[in-house]
Amino acid sequence: MDLSLRHITHRYDEVEVLRDINLEIKQGQIVCIIGPSGCGKSTLLRMIGGLERPTSGEVLQIGEPPADCLNPLTYIFQDFALLPWRTVEGNVSLALEDHALSATMREEIIADVLARTKLADFRTAYPRQLSGGMKQRVAIARALSVRPAVLLMDEPLSALDSQTRELLMDDLVDLWEKENYTAAYVTHNLAEAVRLGHKIVVLSRRPGEIRDIVEIDMPLSARTGENSELESIQKRLWTLMRDEARAADRELLDAR
Amino acid sequence: MRDKTTGNQKAGKPVPFRGGGFLPKPKKIIAPIVFIALIAFWEWGSRTGFIGPLILPAPSEAFEAFMNLLNTGLLWQHLAASLQRLLLGWFSGTLLGIIVGTLIGLFSLARSGLQPLVSAIFPIPKIALLPLFIIWFGIGEGSKVATILFGTFFPTVIATYGGIDNVDRGLIRMGQSFGLSRLSIIRKIILPGALPAILSGARISAAIAIILLVAAEMIAAEYGIGAYILIAGSLMATDQLITGVAILSCIGLIFAWVIGKAEKYFLKWRA
Ligand SMILES: Nc1ncnc2c1ncn2[C@@H]1O[C@H](COP(=O)(O)OP(=O)(O)OP(=O)(O)O)[C@@H](O)[C@H]1O
Ligand SMILES: [Mg+2]
Repeated sequence: MDLSLRHITHRYDEVEVLRDINLEIKQGQIVCIIGPSGCGKSTLLRMIGGLERPTSGEVLQIGEPPADCLNPLTYIFQDFALLPWRTVEGNVSLALEDHALSATMREEIIADVLARTKLADFRTAYPRQLSGGMKQRVAIARALSVRPAVLLMDEPLSALDSQTRELLMDDLVDLWEKENYTAAYVTHNLAEAVRLGHKIVVLSRRPGEIRDIVEIDMPLSARTGENSELESIQKRLWTLMRDEARAADRELLDAR
Repeated sequence: MRDKTTGNQKAGKPVPFRGGGFLPKPKKIIAPIVFIALIAFWEWGSRTGFIGPLILPAPSEAFEAFMNLLNTGLLWQHLAASLQRLLLGWFSGTLLGIIVGTLIGLFSLARSGLQPLVSAIFPIPKIALLPLFIIWFGIGEGSKVATILFGTFFPTVIATYGGIDNVDRGLIRMGQSFGLSRLSIIRKIILPGALPAILSGARISAAIAIILLVAAEMIAAEYGIGAYILIAGSLMATDQLITGVAILSCIGLIFAWVIGKAEKYFLKWRA
């Protein structure tokens, strides 16, 4: 299943947040979205997943999601969004309870995703008993349990410390190697973007327009350690971003 | 391995400790000691004449009055009458309050229609309405239960919709993003999220219920702790009065204890 964004424009009252965004998200591709703070990345992601309606334009779903898919467009949130009153397995189960699944099926799915995210030993723990990285792994397990066609991630690692971030980043890469999931990944971190993205979309300052789209052909498994090609891409992205951020600051000054 | 520059010299003084404190912890034995000491002092004061018998009867006299109440079997009649009104009024007031509070918390129509009404009626002392209740619901049980019901209904409504308003919107959006039905979101995300506020509302409404119980029973009741206190008061039987007040206090403590247990059970995820 592919997604296609056509002429997405959005305004909150008088403030124009997004302007004429056209973007294709192809099956099996990770699309990273970067841009200065407040340019509308989170807003765009909410529109892709159907949590918010754009003022004009549309998000099209091209082709059918796989038959066994329970929730085609599935989010992983920056703040994890776990229910504090449910245990790890209860949080995963929440996503399954509204679907017609037998109890044994549900149990199988839960056991499977918890094993894949190395959480099997923490089934009955409450979120407050887990570290930040583990909480995000629970959220990833929950997302995997509904067999999504597209994962929508809004800065999923930015609430975590840098070591945990590295580890989870490796997990996301491994997972992609195995399952070739499709994803839209919003981040502030350019290193994350070049590590994970097949396609990197650079948004301008508000109103967010597409400044540039950078495609990286190198397979994810090859993007480890020192890599001059990735570094030069990252440098180019940084130059683009820096100019936007500077211009945004200047506009704030002028507005006063 | 150790840092080379330390260990050899022994000059300097330890950094003064300035942390700690501001963390009162309940110590189990203190409360009974305070109670016993206070009652012992009171008893001593009464026996030596330091506290006049007209000002305050001795605890032993109050206890005698209590034993008298127990032996004549009147205690159970008073208690049964009071508890029945209390539980009936508090239970239905809380239940209705949770329902209406949930409606206000969830639906724009209920919010715009009912919230101003609740804000307008909440501050009225329900005791002032008692004569009206007697006309509406009769001088018997009806008016007493209605007073307690009304008194507990409003704080529960306010606690409930306040709790719902404070539920993390991010969690609700998460529920929507997984395609949960509206009912599931209400049942599994909104109501559990509002439960802490609802339970602390229940604590407050329990205290209000006891206050209103006594007020209602003072108007027209044959049996009930409030009636007992009223009769004792009009006869200047201060020993019986103290007994009645102590019984009320115990009922309040038991209520608070039960709600505390419920909080421990339902909110164990908070810890
Ligand atoms: N519900 C809303 N109502 C009004 N304005 C909003 C709303 N949500 C976001 N905005 C505004 O829209 C703009 C874009 O917000 P958005 O959260 O999408 O930015 P972002 O790119 O995700 O920023 P960040 O990188 O800081 O997360 C911001 O200026 C914000 O103030
Ligand atoms: Mg954002």
